Order: sequence, then C-alpha cells, then structure tokens
Amino acid sequence: MAVLKVTFTKTKRDKLAQVLWILNWISVVTGAILFSLGIFLKVEINKRGELMAGRDIQYVPNMLIAVGLIACAINFLGGKICYDCVDSTKFLRWKLIMLPYIVCTFFFTFCVLVGALMCYGMHWELEESLDMGLTQAMRFYKDTDTPGRCFLKHTVDMLQIEFQCCGNNGYKDWFQIQWISNRYLDMSKKEVVDRLRSNVEGKYLTDGVPYSCCNINSPRPCIQQQITNNSAHFNYEHQTEELNLWMKGCRQALLESFTHIMRSIGFTVLITWLFELSVLTGVRYLQTSLENVLRQGDPNSDSCGWLLENSLMETARTNMSIIKSLGKSNQINTEYHPTNCRFFYENVSK
Amino acid sequence: MTLLKMKFNQQRRVRLAQGLWLMSWLAVTGGAFIFCLGVYLKTELLRRDEVMENAEIHVVPNILMMVGLASMGTNWVASRVCQDSLDVSRFPRWKVPLLAWFAMAALLCCLLLTVVVLSYALQGSLEDSLKVGLRNGIRFYKDTDVPGRCFQKETIDRLQMEFRCCGNNNFKDWFEVQWVSSRYLDFTSQEVKDRIRSNVDGRYLLDGVPFSCCNPASPRPCLQNHLTDSRAHYNYEYQSEELNLYSRGCRQALTDYYMGLMNSTGPGVLSLFSCVQMSVLLSMRYLQTAVEAAIASENPEGESEGYLLDKGVKETYQDVRAKVLGLLKFGQVDPSEDASGAAEGAKTADTEKAATPTPAS
Repeated sequence: MAVLKVTFTKTKRDKLAQVLWILNWISVVTGAILFSLGIFLKVEINKRGELMAGRDIQYVPNMLIAVGLIACAINFLGGKICYDCVDSTKFLRWKLIMLPYIVCTFFFTFCVLVGALMCYGMHWELEESLDMGLTQAMRFYKDTDTPGRCFLKHTVDMLQIEFQCCGNNGYKDWFQIQWISNRYLDMSKKEVVDRLRSNVEGKYLTDGVPYSCCNINSPRPCIQQQITNNSAHFNYEHQTEELNLWMKGCRQALLESFTHIMRSIGFTVLITWLFELSVLTGVRYLQTSLENVLRQGDPNSDSCGWLLENSLMETARTNMSIIKSLGKSNQINTEYHPTNCRFFYENVSK
Repeated sequence: MTLLKMKFNQQRRVRLAQGLWLMSWLAVTGGAFIFCLGVYLKTELLRRDEVMENAEIHVVPNILMMVGLASMGTNWVASRVCQDSLDVSRFPRWKVPLLAWFAMAALLCCLLLTVVVLSYALQGSLEDSLKVGLRNGIRFYKDTDVPGRCFQKETIDRLQMEFRCCGNNNFKDWFEVQWVSSRYLDFTSQEVKDRIRSNVDGRYLLDGVPFSCCNPASPRPCLQNHLTDSRAHYNYEYQSEELNLYSRGCRQALTDYYMGLMNSTGPGVLSLFSCVQMSVLLSMRYLQTAVEAAIASENPEGESEGYLLDKGVKETYQDVRAKVLGLLKFGQVDPSEDASGAAEGAKTADTEKAATPTPAS
C-alpha cells in the first residue's frame, strides 16, 4: 500500500517538472542566502573576537557556510534534472541517479535542520564565552604598554560607548580591578600609597570608572570619580542617580545583540529547511511517476506517483534486508541453479 | 552652411533610433541615481541640522534632486520619441514638443555644471554656518533645563564622539565657556567663589573639557580637569600631550566630512552623467533632422541627411535672437498704431487741461 499516492496526467507531470525547475533555482538562491548569512555571522563574531575567550563558537557560522554551498550545488543539480524530466527520453539519462540524489538530499535536509537548531542553542556557550572574555579585557585595560594587550583599552572603551554599557554586570565591576596603570600613579603621594596598602594584592582600587561609561543623556557633566561618595559632589546621591553612567552591563548588552542576530538567522534557516523539504517531496513524486510511465510503456498515459511504494514499516524492513545482503555478497554462492547448468551443457554440446 | 552634416540611410536611421533608445534609458537610470544622491546628501545635512545656523548649503542637494527628477522625465520622453521616430505617421506630432525638449536638455546640462561649481563655492558659507551653530551649541551646553536648548548637551557630546573632535576650533574653546550648570555648583565652596569672581561676567570658567572630548586611543585614562596645570597630574606635560583629547576642531571635522562627500561624488558622477546627457541631446538632434528630411523627401525609406545646425553657429544665433525678439514684440504696442494713439492721447490731455483750470481760479 503506497504512502500518499497521487495520480498524474501527462500535462500534470510536465507542469510539475517545470514548477520544480523554477523552485530548484529559487532554492539555489536561498542556498546562496544561507552562505552569506554564515559569512555575516563569522564577521560579526570576529569583530568581537577580542572579547570572547575560551569556547570556540566558530563552528556555527562554518556549518552555515558549508550548508549554504552544498544547498547551492544540490539544487543546481536538481534544477538540471527537473529540466530534463519534461522529456521522457532525457529522463532515462537521470533514471539511475535520481533515487540516490533524493536519498542524499533527504539526509542533507537534516543537516539544515541541525544548523537551524545550533543557531538557537548557541546562546549559553556565547554567554560563558563573553563573561570570561570581558573579565579578562577589563583586567588588561591598563596594560597599554604590553604587546598583545595594548589595544584592549581602545576596544573596551569603544564597546562601552557603542553598546551603551559599563563593566561586565554593572559599573561596580570597575571598582574591583586596577584600571589605572602604575606608570601614571605618583608613588610618593600618601593617598596612592594608602590605597595600594588597603588590599592584599597591592592594587590601586578606586570608586571611579573610565570615561566611556559616561551616559550622554545625563543633564549633568559626567561624574567619574568618587562615585560612592555623596559629599564629594554637590547635589548628588549615588543611590538614586541613574542617568550619570550607563546602567547596563556589557555582557548583557552584547548577548542581546547577538541573540537578536542569531534568532533572525535561525528563523531564516528554518524557512529554508521547510522549502527544501517541499522541493524534495515534489522531486520524489516526479521520479516515481516517471518511472511508472516507463514501466507502463506509453509516455502519454496517466501514472501514479507516491512517496513510498510500500508502507513505512515494510520499506524499513526491505532496506534492512538489502543492507544485510550487501554484507553476504562477499561469501561464495553455493546454491544449486539447475536452469543455469542446463543452459550451459546445451550450449557446450553444440 | 550646415554644421556637421552626415548621411543616413534607412538602416542607419533605425540603428541610431535603437542606440538612442538604449542611451536614453541609461540616462533615466543615471537620473534616478542622481536623485538618490541628492536625497542622501540632504539627509546627511539634516542630521546635523542643529549645529548649522543657516541652510544655504541645502541648495546643492535640492538642485541635485530637481535635476535627477527632470532628467528622468526628459529621457523617458526621448525614449518615446525614438519609438515613434521610425513610424512616418506618428513622428510629425513630436515636431513642436522636441523644441521644448532640446531647451530642457540643454538647461539640465547647465544645471549639472552649476551644481559642481556650487559645491566648491559654498564651502565658505558652510564653514560660517557651522562656526555660529557650534558656538551656540557650546554656549548652551549647560542649559539642559531650558526648553528649546535641553538637547544641546547630547547633540554636542554625540557630535564630538562621532566625528572625533573637540570644541569649535580646538579644545581650548571649552575654557572660555561655562559648561557646568550653576545647578551643580556648590556656592558655599571657596574655589567656586574664586572662579566666579575671577572674570567680569561672573561665569564659572575652568580649564577642563567634557568627557566627550576624550580620545580612546590614548594609552592613559582620560584627563579632563586642570588640563593646563602640568603639576596637577603625575607624569603629564600639557604642551607635549597630544593623545589625551581629540586635537581637531569640530568645525574642521564637519567641513572636511561634507566637502569630502560632495567632492567625491561631484566631479566623477556628474561629469559622466552630463556626457551621457549631451550625447543623448546630439543623437536626438541628428535623428530629428534625418527623419524629418526622410519624411519630407519623396522616398521615406531612402537616404537623407542629418545635421546639427541648419546654418552656421553665428547665423543660427542671429535667427533665434530675431525670433525671440519677435515673440516679445507681441506684448508691446505696434509702432504704426502708436502715432495715431499719441495724437488721440494728446487731444484727451488738452480737454482735461481745459477742465482743470476752473478749481484753480
């Protein structure tokens, strides 16, 4: 009992082939779109490469790029096949290739689905990676004279200005690290020496933040130093002051930005997957109906097309037995074939 | 003596019409591109509207947009003329509109040239407009509680960060202005009182700048206050410090940006487009004369001559001048009627004069 059997007249077959030809070319375009989305994601991740540490999340854009290229190739081939299927003589050329092609494309659509799910699942790894990367970058903020780290001050400043954020979770992260290099500290001053002695590691900690944390929407000129000291500034209360500095943490800001990108890309990939699946279904119907036409002999007659010849269970059983017999073909065939022998002896006596 | 005469047989006329049709559609796309260029330039100018005092510079994008739209229409008409040119019955109706078309196309070429000249000539006006606008912005920086000026702080901060500039000419402009609002000054403090008394206007002036002047490329955390005092900061020398703040003035930065925008697009794109437009004009003239000559002759499918001008340049100019003056003369009174009219006028004046003396006596 065939699965989802549909009867096709000659005109319906021809129209199906033409429509599938166009759809395959549209799929080539969507494959190119996937490829460019992968490249876009790769560029975005590389732009913030200095702020991501530890986990390697490059596999997501790499997967998208590979899937996009393979989709272009597969659908290009599919377009050629469907173009030739309008003419039943040309179909004979592709007859043997079509079934393997359909099977390969079916497994390929799984890859597309996996790609889409990876886009959504990247969230947690990204958060961890950003957390570690930002902590490290803030620690090396002051090391503008160390090769390999001299650009981190610029990177963090531009990040805080562009994404309107301050610190890892909030501006208080800056109170726990020394972000002013020792080169600019006057060690002869008592205040500096007191601060250095006030903690175990001998770090110069202040309750101040870099200028890039300043909020441009504040009505007041920015207060960067002695933030927790209300008496240091006129008409200032640090518990209620919200407009002076950026309140959001940079990890959250970056995560939001990337999640937004990932969700859009994931959605596009899902739509592409559904489209590929429908094109594949059409190609399967075309293949089965054309094979039935060849079996019947008359090119202009009606024929049936189906997804599977027998039900799902029987198809699975036959495939398993085929795979088992492939294993057995290496053994010597010792069965007795009387008809073969008779044929052989008859010809030998002549 | 005709100018640049050429012979055209039927096949050449057909090819000329086809080539002209393609070129006119190319010119339509060029016109659309010029329109988009004008729109882009106008939006860029409007974005920084708050720091510009007058809108004189807006004449450049306005003319660009007008030229773009006009050329789209003109070249579309040209393509329709080409389509009709090979049909003997339909071409004669274009006879009069083509004169207007030639005038329009010539005007467009002139306008394009004007735009290129203007984009260089208006640089001074742009600089002056920016100077006044930025000076006001810096002066009203502290007035975040005054309606109508409350946005100036944000505007100036954003501008300085985006264009990497500080102040009008340089960062010292901030030393001459009170940019810290009195709302945030503690008037009981001695330091504040001293500063306010130190100048005639009673303003709180300091040698500090807002945070938006800070240069992120500096290896050192930004120094904003006591900039002229080398002893106020460790390992700091005011005269030799270059990386701490942005050294460029915002007026210079903005002028460079807009001039760069106009000069990169101006000469290249506009000269290319005016070449295309000129060639459309010349080809249209050849097509018009060739087809008209073919239609007028006994054999419309045979050979005909096309030319640019019927007579030489000087004679054509005199002809056109005489025609235009003739058109203008329709508005004036005819000289032959004038003499009799003057006599009548004199008679009525005499009768009036006879009537008026009675009140005097």
